[in-house]
Order: sequence, then structure tokens, then C-alpha cells
Amino acid sequence: MELKDKMIEYLFIFFNQTYKILLLLVPVLVSVAMIVWLDRRVWAFVQKRRGPNVVGPFGLLQSLADALKYIFKEIIVPASSNKIIFILAPVITMTLALISWAVIPFSDSFVIANINVGILYIFAVSSLGVYGIIMGGWASNSKYPFLGAIRSAAQMVSYEVSIGVIIINVLLCVGSLNLSDIVKAQENMWFIIPLFPMFVVFFISALAETNRPPFDLPEAEAELVAGYQTEYSGMMYAMFWLGEYANILLMCSLGSILFLGGWLSPIDLYPFTIIPAPLWFIFKILILFILFALVKAIVPRYRYDQLMRLGWKIFLPFSLLWVVITSSYLFYFDLLPGN
Amino acid sequence: MKFSRLLKTILMLDFIKGLLIAIKEIFKQKKTINYPFEKGKIGTRFRGEHALRRYPNGEERCIACKLCEAICPAQAITIESTEREDGSRKTTRYDIDMLKCIYCGLCEESCPVDAIVQGPNFEFATETREELYYNKEKLLDNGDRWESILAANIKANKPYR
Repeated sequence: MELKDKMIEYLFIFFNQTYKILLLLVPVLVSVAMIVWLDRRVWAFVQKRRGPNVVGPFGLLQSLADALKYIFKEIIVPASSNKIIFILAPVITMTLALISWAVIPFSDSFVIANINVGILYIFAVSSLGVYGIIMGGWASNSKYPFLGAIRSAAQMVSYEVSIGVIIINVLLCVGSLNLSDIVKAQENMWFIIPLFPMFVVFFISALAETNRPPFDLPEAEAELVAGYQTEYSGMMYAMFWLGEYANILLMCSLGSILFLGGWLSPIDLYPFTIIPAPLWFIFKILILFILFALVKAIVPRYRYDQLMRLGWKIFLPFSLLWVVITSSYLFYFDLLPGN
Repeated sequence: MKFSRLLKTILMLDFIKGLLIAIKEIFKQKKTINYPFEKGKIGTRFRGEHALRRYPNGEERCIACKLCEAICPAQAITIESTEREDGSRKTTRYDIDMLKCIYCGLCEESCPVDAIVQGPNFEFATETREELYYNKEKLLDNGDRWESILAANIKANKPYR
């Protein structure tokens, strides 16, 4: 009898969680598709083109049509590749891009896993993300993917360091690693105001972390064909592509949680509070993403040594210095959280 | 490095200027046309899909002289002819392999009676190769469909030929 009760309880928890996960993942995947459309559209508008505008209203279903095309395309596995790792790589990239969403709080109550080391979890998972790319590049057994993977690994590792130090700045002001607590700490003032230079550095590092232009060296089409994706086709390519954009979305949401007050409305007054909290959050993500897309449209690609110089010689010392400034300021004025 | 330049780099002034220009450009008039719904202007000498023309009384213009077949550099044209009861020579077969054709316009130039012409239509993509092996029927049909534009084009180019 007891065993049966336990079974039912476990089943209940299982279905309850699955339902919550689906409620999060399906909108995330749909919005990833929409964000690709938005990206192309903004890019086109800056260049005075029209962008995808035929499939569906305003071309909104373009990504859906693309995805359908990818599904029906043949998956080609190169004869000289390491087949298991080759197939595993896009799966890992996409999975890692999606599991980070578990700790993102959309409102006071809607978060799948409200763990107290949320930011560390995101950081760990996004660090693992580099494995998908390295595996893809290495297993392809071809020169362009290999070079792309090496570049990508070096780049992501370098910029993760500066992002880590930037996050320390925020954590000093909050005193907690829980993402909901970070948002709640910004009720009086968003961290973008006191930590504006850090926001700029975070934004640029996020561009580098997600291989966006001007730091898209791993897939620099002029030199490396398509970087680590060169040998991929069909659904496997689409998975890399989904993972990439899910990562971009994640970085945007991280930016809005750390600096733009997550789900909080800008002013705690009547006309603003009427809009539900998740909508504010989505709105902030969208603004950050449009900035991502605009940057893609206006900047030329960095040279590799410039990229490394920017990461190690400028961003890292600067954000370290800012940690010292923030902590001494907080200490001097006795504003340290937990006091 | 000059101090002002350093300041400019730190404050990312160039980047912000570029960003503002980009935002301004977004709201400007688009330079491209909305293609499938809106088409660009095509010149009178445009060399598109082929057509065989007729005289206003419905008689085929083509006299099966085979000059076009002879001049075609891609050898895309095949003509067979026969003598009719009234003693005139007419084609029994006039095929163009549109996949071989290089759209050079020499057939049109060589035609003494303006029978074979290249019209303004360029949207004749098909799903199979077979559909692009044009026969006489298809070409005459094209001629009937585009006749008004074809006649106007030939008239417009008359002084220069």
C-alpha cells in the first residue's frame, strides 16, 4: 500500500513538473524562432531592405518555414568524422542552452527552480556550452570547423572571466546568488544606474560570449566558411542555430535581471503596475535583443588579437578595478547587504 | 595616443553615433522593392522568355528559314519544316530547349520576319526539367499572350536596328 501511495505521489510530482517545464520551454522555443525573425528584420531595416515579410503577417512565420525546411533536409554525416560525437554536439549545444532557463524568474512566483545559487548555475551551464562547439568542430574532422571551434573556445573562455567579475559587482550589492533576490534588491534603484560602466562591459562581453558580431570570429564566413557549423546540415544545423539564439536570449534575460530590474516595472506607480510582471521582463529582453541586432548591423568584425586584447587587457582589469571601487564604496558607507 | 582620442574610445562616442544613425535609417524609405507583389521596370530590349509571333490575321510569322537554328550558339533550337498546299514553307516543329538557351538574343536578331522574339517575362521557373523543353504550341501561346508588349517593344527599337 505504502509503495503505491509513493508511486502516485512521484507520478504527481513528475507530471506537475513536466507541465511547468513545457509551459516554459514551448514559449522559449517559439520566441527563439520569433527572435531570429526580429534579428533579420532589424538588420534589414538598418540596411534599408525589407527583410522577411512574405510568410505570415509581416513574415512572422518565416522561421517556422525555415525550420520546416531544415527538418526535411538530408542530414549528412561526413565519412571521416567521429560519428557519435558529431551527432552529440548539436544536441548538447541545444540542451545546455535550454536548461539554463530553469532558474530564470519571470515573476515573483513563476520560476521552475528557485535555487539559491541560480547565478552560479547559469554560469556553470553557459561555460559548458563551449563543449558543444568544440565537440562539433573536432568531430567534423575538417579544417574550418576545427579552426572555428578553437577560436570559439578561446573567445568564450576569455569573456566568461570578465562576465564573472562583472557579476561579482552585482552580487556585492545584493548579497545573494538567488536570481529572484537579485531582482528584488533592485526595487528602489536598478543596478544599471550605479553600475552603468559594468552594464556596458557586460553587454559587450555578452556579445562575445554568444559569438555575435562584432565578435563572430568562430563563424567568420570570409575566412572559415561557417566555422564549426560547416559540416552540419539539416536538423543538426537547425539545432546549433536554435541553441545559439536561445543562448542570446538567455544573455539578454540575464542582462535584464542583473541590471534592468528583471520583472519590476520602471516606476512603482499605477499605469505601470497594471502591466503584469512577466510582460515587463519580456519587454526588457526584447529591448536588449534589439540592441544586439542593431550592433550586428553597424559594426565591422574584430581582428582576433584585438578581441583577445579587449577581453584580457581592458575588460578584465577594468571590471576588477570596479569590484574594488564597488566594495570599498559599500564598505565605507556601510551599505553592505546583510548588515 | 592623444587624450581626446582616448576619451572618445572610452566613452564609445563613435559607436553611439553609429547606433543613432542606424536607428535613424530604420525609419527611412526602403530602397528595395517588395518583389513578388511589386516589380521593377524592364527595358524594351529585355531578353526573357521566348515567343513565336503571328500576323494580325492569325497566320504564323515563321517561314522556317532556320536562321535562328543556325545562329544559335547553344544549339538550343530544333526546327523541322514542310511545304504547305499553297506552296509556302512552314514549320512542323519548333522546339527550344530553355535549359540550353543562354538568352543571347541572336535568334531574335537573325529573324527576318520578327517571328521568334524574347519577351519581357522572366518568371517561368518550373518544377521539372521537362516543362522547360518548349515546343511550337507553347511558343505560339506565349506569342499570343504577350503580343501587345512584344509589338510595342519591337516598334520602340525599330529606329536602332
